Amino acid sequence: MNGSFIDNLPRVYGLYTGGFIVFIGFMAVLEQMGVSADTLGILFVAFTIAIYAGIGWLSRTMQVDAYYVAGREVPALYNGMATAADWMSGASFVAMAGGVYFGGYGYLAFIVGWTGGYVLVNSLLAPYLRKFGCYTVPDFIGTRYGGNLARLFAVIVLVVASFTYVTAQINATGTIAARALQIPFELGVWFGLLGILLCSMLGGMRAVTWTQVAQYIVLIIAYLVPVFWMSNVQGFGLIPQFSYGGAIERIGELEALQGVGTLTPTESFAGLRALTTAHATAPDSAMASWKFVTLVLVLMAGTASLPHILMRYFTTPSVREARRSVVWSLFFIFLLYFTAPALATFTKLQIMDPNLATGIIGKSIAEVQALDWIQKWSNVGFLAISDSNGDGLLQINEFFMRGDIVVLATPEIAGLPYVISGLVAAGGMAAAMSTADGLLLAIANALSHDLYYKIIDPNADTRTRLIVARILLIVIGAGGALVASLKLSSILGAVAWAFSFACSGLFFPLVLGVWWKRANRQGAVAGMGLGFLAGSIYLYQVRFAGMEPWLGIDHLRFGIIGMAVSLVAMVVVSLLTEEPDAETQAMVDEIRVPGGATVLGQEH
Amino acid sequence: MSDQQSRAATHWQRTRNLTFVTLGIWFFFAFFIHWFGAALNSVSFLGFPLGFYMAAQGSPIAFVLLLYFSTRRQEKIDDECGVAE
Repeated sequence: MNGSFIDNLPRVYGLYTGGFIVFIGFMAVLEQMGVSADTLGILFVAFTIAIYAGIGWLSRTMQVDAYYVAGREVPALYNGMATAADWMSGASFVAMAGGVYFGGYGYLAFIVGWTGGYVLVNSLLAPYLRKFGCYTVPDFIGTRYGGNLARLFAVIVLVVASFTYVTAQINATGTIAARALQIPFELGVWFGLLGILLCSMLGGMRAVTWTQVAQYIVLIIAYLVPVFWMSNVQGFGLIPQFSYGGAIERIGELEALQGVGTLTPTESFAGLRALTTAHATAPDSAMASWKFVTLVLVLMAGTASLPHILMRYFTTPSVREARRSVVWSLFFIFLLYFTAPALATFTKLQIMDPNLATGIIGKSIAEVQALDWIQKWSNVGFLAISDSNGDGLLQINEFFMRGDIVVLATPEIAGLPYVISGLVAAGGMAAAMSTADGLLLAIANALSHDLYYKIIDPNADTRTRLIVARILLIVIGAGGALVASLKLSSILGAVAWAFSFACSGLFFPLVLGVWWKRANRQGAVAGMGLGFLAGSIYLYQVRFAGMEPWLGIDHLRFGIIGMAVSLVAMVVVSLLTEEPDAETQAMVDEIRVPGGATVLGQEH
Repeated sequence: MSDQQSRAATHWQRTRNLTFVTLGIWFFFAFFIHWFGAALNSVSFLGFPLGFYMAAQGSPIAFVLLLYFSTRRQEKIDDECGVAE
């Protein structure tokens, strides 16, 4: 090929996408020849991981700026795809549609929050941090406010928020690897970690960037193809996202007939739920509205404070490209998020509607238990059926399942070929791996650059820095895998906590660092320290010490408390202490202008 | 004040105004309309209950368009003030 790698990107990823589609076709042929569904699953997962590892190997580097910020040469479009993969976790891919299925209208707060947060990223932070020229988020805090204490606090918040998140991702890779490769979960976790490290260890941010682009392509194909296929097979319309209004109306009628919300389950199965919430009905009370908007706020502010997202915008060639890549990121994320409610709606209708061949509610228990997909998923404990009232018919409160099924089992419920199930497994794996990679790298880079190089040993040479970074990556990954393998499900379930941790400690120190020249070191230290502390204490009280939440601010929303404390502490302490020196104020002026040199040098 | 400084000052003022407008629109689609989700649900839009539609599609679409247009506007401001890269 002529020209540099960057010039050839459209051709490289065009070939890759074409190759992946050919691979899917090849798998479909194998299925026709009688290859089993299990083998197809293994081939899908193993083949895609091998590709990512290959990209990771080709991107290996010993240069500091390539390792930390991919050499700042990632064009906006590709950085948008990489950010979308970085952002959409196993939870988004597997659990989002399930969340809407069970939570109905209330769960849509996640969709609003996880898209709208990018408006904050673009307007308040990304272009300015790019102009600053930092390697990591604590690098910005440490230089803007000065002093090791501010840098250290930023590192602590980053590590807590990202580690909470990464164990859940390693858990997801383990679950998918275990199911696709037929190995025990504990082994699956370590296998997943191996795949993650292969992508990131040798090439740092450069390797993660180019694997994340590849992972985005796999995950978006894997999410959209089944939905479009199902919609067209079942006659829901050509473009399902725009035509499910009728399905919602029909679900509303069926909910009244089948007693959704009135019939409560009389039995319980660990990890499984029966449907008890109406699909589209919004509760009409100020408290319900308040809970919706507070969740939206925490998720948005958390989006704008999570370092693994912000650091993606350090990799573009210019401030302008950073802005454009935020727009691309949101667009690519939007493609999946506006499909999730459509998927949830169709799956629910297929299960509930007695007029459809797939409907199971109201049928006889024996008939339902004979269905293939019911047997397969009850065998692995994802689903349970119990004739609680003994009438021999399946009621809505007698059908229990895990939310994950909505994405994983939909191809089977709709009777699509097994090749689609294999594709979905590969997509879920890509989503979980790409997010885990970004998070692990964010943690390891903060510890190696900010803690080791900037605080402990400023004289370390390049080679030592990059070796330390890699050792940390392995150690933290192993720590995450160890925690994940303990299956502390009550902790792993709470991906939302990462957002509250991040916004409690980092949102205002980051935003005010750009937007308020008067913000100083003492204020930032108080804002990070007290905000993070207040949020953490509140979380402990509400979740583990049995405290009654104030104003409906439960453990998913503790960032509201943390952010309020952080803002007040930061403003009050800043105003009570001396204003920043002229040099710092000039630095703030400098980052507000796109043109000119970055504040921190090319290598620092 | 030098020419460069005054250009930077104008640029920041216009950037700040654009950001306020952007965040105003963002606030409307992020919080304001969802506060009235139950009331909006009694209106039908493209066959959807409007409150559900806005949360599932309307607001995300609004965010994508908002970012696209505000980024274009910001690039114009950068160029006009002569501070673009």
